[in-house]
Amino acid sequence: MSASRTTVPALVKQLKSGLDSPICLTWELTYACNLECVHCLSSSGQRDPNELSTAEGKAVIDELHDMQVFYINVGGGEPLVRRDFFELLEYAISRNVGVKFSTNGYLLDEDKAARLASMDNVDIQLSLDGADAGTNDPIRGEGSYAAVRKAMNNLNNAGFTGYKISVVVTNQNVGQLDAFEQLANENGAELRLTRLRPSGRGADVYNELRLTQAQQVDLYNWLITRPHILTGDSFFHLSALGDPLPGLNLCGAGRVVCLIDPVGDVYACPFVIHDNFLAGNVRDEGGFDHVWKQSDLFTDLRQPENPGACASCNSYDACGGGCMAAKFFTGIPIAGPDPECVFGNADEALANVTASDIPVMTQDHSKPNRVKVTLGRRS
Amino acid sequence: MTLSSQVGLRPEPFGALAYHFDTRRLVFLKSPGLVALVESLSQFASADEAIAAADAAHTPSSYQSALTSLEESGVVCVR
Repeated sequence: MSASRTTVPALVKQLKSGLDSPICLTWELTYACNLECVHCLSSSGQRDPNELSTAEGKAVIDELHDMQVFYINVGGGEPLVRRDFFELLEYAISRNVGVKFSTNGYLLDEDKAARLASMDNVDIQLSLDGADAGTNDPIRGEGSYAAVRKAMNNLNNAGFTGYKISVVVTNQNVGQLDAFEQLANENGAELRLTRLRPSGRGADVYNELRLTQAQQVDLYNWLITRPHILTGDSFFHLSALGDPLPGLNLCGAGRVVCLIDPVGDVYACPFVIHDNFLAGNVRDEGGFDHVWKQSDLFTDLRQPENPGACASCNSYDACGGGCMAAKFFTGIPIAGPDPECVFGNADEALANVTASDIPVMTQDHSKPNRVKVTLGRRS
Repeated sequence: MTLSSQVGLRPEPFGALAYHFDTRRLVFLKSPGLVALVESLSQFASADEAIAAADAAHTPSSYQSALTSLEESGVVCVR
């Protein structure tokens, strides 16, 4: 019965070949949102009429319980817009599936804050993309900074400690990292930084908001001395700069993570809501379990990857070629360098991208009257 | 010593994934031998006895250091 170390492949290799259940998964509860953030990964705005019902949501939670998924990242759209949000939340907790949910804070009033403070296994991520309204509001909408600060006050007053302030790092706010950390510290909160991706509406503003090479190096140096900052493994492409950042440092798409969207479609990761990365639907026969274990797409993603153009780079083992979604939506081959390769190895590939290489979005729930926000001048 | 009541253990080909519901920490138990040891802890009076009875895939000292690190992350705790 003994299993010696030599018969068990290295952990990372096993993770890349997929697990029987995701380590965690993201579940977008609705495409409805009261905001219209310029970089929204899921192009949210309007509810989809085909969204999962409460009963279907509970059935998904039952499956996640049976598959021993320990926690889920819940988002949207704005999850608090769903009237059955607390019903689904409490059901998940009762089934031992922890919930981390992302919110823009508008609907997080005193009553909801008190209710959340009384629950176990709930984490809250408040989205904030500037340390002041002048930086945040052009990205997330007029009044959205004040709304987050109000939600923070409500949580503080309710005694909910340790919530997360979640920031998408852009060239507009990368100079405010210390200010974000101070804001978190002053409120007993934790800071979480994630990467801007050219997904959803993010594609429209990616070139305008993405970090410069020098800013990427600054961010890496900032993070490497602050292992307590949460990143959701977002910046593993920066690990090519030296010591690896905390985390698994691999692309987990379809291997250890995936996304369930509001209509039950299962995508390889939260950043590739596109038909090319659609593995199935939780309403299909066999449910989510079948999609996770048997779908052709996920089976394919669990094969050894082709390093392609990165094969000759000494840092390939550190960054694994970077983020699949970032490559896909910028028109770079999947077996190519990340568009934000820290050595600039994608510059040539990017220069050769033609309009026909850029994928056409297959999902858009933006409000029809959405007005494109004019962003501040690039500093 | 025993597996913490706040920890969920999910079997995986490499060993197991442990999740601490209080600290929200994920920990990888990187060998089936270590998983079996952790699961057997509550049947023994001491960690040393559990290690003595454990699968010989690893040396007692490597089991000991693995348990120390699992205790630091709260996966196992003193009864």
